[in-house]
Amino acid sequence: MEKTWNNKAWFMVLPVLLLVAFSAVIPLMTVVNYSVQDTFGNNVFFWNGSDWYTEILGSDRFWLSMVRNLIFSAIILVIEIPLGIFIALNMPKKGWGVPVCLVLMALPLLIPWNVVGTIWQVFGRIDIGLLGYTLSALGIDYNYVNDPTDAWVTVILMDVWHWTSLVVLLCYAGLVSIPDAYYQAAKIDGASRWAIFRYIQLPKMNRVLLIAVLLRFMDSFMIYTEPFVVTGGGPGNSTTFMSIDLVKIAVGQFDLGPAAAMSIIYFLIVLLLSWVFYTVMTTVDAEG
Amino acid sequence: MNLTWMAWTLPTALFFITILVLLCGMAAWEYASPGGNPRVGILRFETTRGDRLFVSLLGSAFIHLAWLGLVGPNLWWALALSVVYAVGVFRYV
Repeated sequence: MEKTWNNKAWFMVLPVLLLVAFSAVIPLMTVVNYSVQDTFGNNVFFWNGSDWYTEILGSDRFWLSMVRNLIFSAIILVIEIPLGIFIALNMPKKGWGVPVCLVLMALPLLIPWNVVGTIWQVFGRIDIGLLGYTLSALGIDYNYVNDPTDAWVTVILMDVWHWTSLVVLLCYAGLVSIPDAYYQAAKIDGASRWAIFRYIQLPKMNRVLLIAVLLRFMDSFMIYTEPFVVTGGGPGNSTTFMSIDLVKIAVGQFDLGPAAAMSIIYFLIVLLLSWVFYTVMTTVDAEG
Repeated sequence: MNLTWMAWTLPTALFFITILVLLCGMAAWEYASPGGNPRVGILRFETTRGDRLFVSLLGSAFIHLAWLGLVGPNLWWALALSVVYAVGVFRYV
């Protein structure tokens, strides 16, 4: 049957378009304008061409913070996605346990990011923090203030604690939407636990997993508040991710031009990686 | 309306006008030929002409950045390369 195309429906999108224009497009245009100019304040600008881009692309500081960011995002995805699926699979599907688990899972998501940072900053301290003090008492040499590895472990643990529940809730929503008929058919066929997961649950969770991967990737790639509160980017620059470096340049040094150029490059990388994730996962979904 | 806070320059204004013209052109194309002309190209997944424009613009941005980082500040050749790349994307992707 021939599809009916009604382009008038696009006018319904206009209000959102206007909202996005004011909240995202106009600020982005301003950042592009800043990235090709230099300023010393008072709204006075000097044309600088592509020099800031050349400077940023040639700086070790930029590449190192980007590598740290990519490693961080990869670790976060490798831990949070399987862990989220595992917890969702083991959550109760009926009874009083459902609301209890859902509330427990939602709790970390309700805590403001800077409060999460503060909680873990205190939690990890070796003098008064439960984690730091316990590890020290057990003879484990742990100090996130001095040791880069400990700082990374703390920041990763904090992110896993804060955000795995988002993956859990998304996967759980995907799991409870699977009709019982699928499980009954699997039972008749004598399917193993693994076969049920591989051929029923995982394909049915594909859509929500796509959202989970995209959200966790973008969020971890743009992480700022939590590591900034816990480690301040240190020790040295070991936990200085791109957003922290960007704020240091823009606010700390008030170098608006280089900060704007770095923002644009950062934005393009996020856009590219998100598009790759989206395309790969939707293509796999369509083929599966 | 005072827009001096946006620090406009002629080159950046031309850049955004070009993007706007491209989007208007795509809208007119969609109006004339609805459906987005979906097809499977060399990347072996379905793309509409909107996807192809997105891939062209994103790829062009990275071509310009790579040129700046590896060759130098003269971006005219990067622009020419981007146009060739965009034509290739619209033809084969």
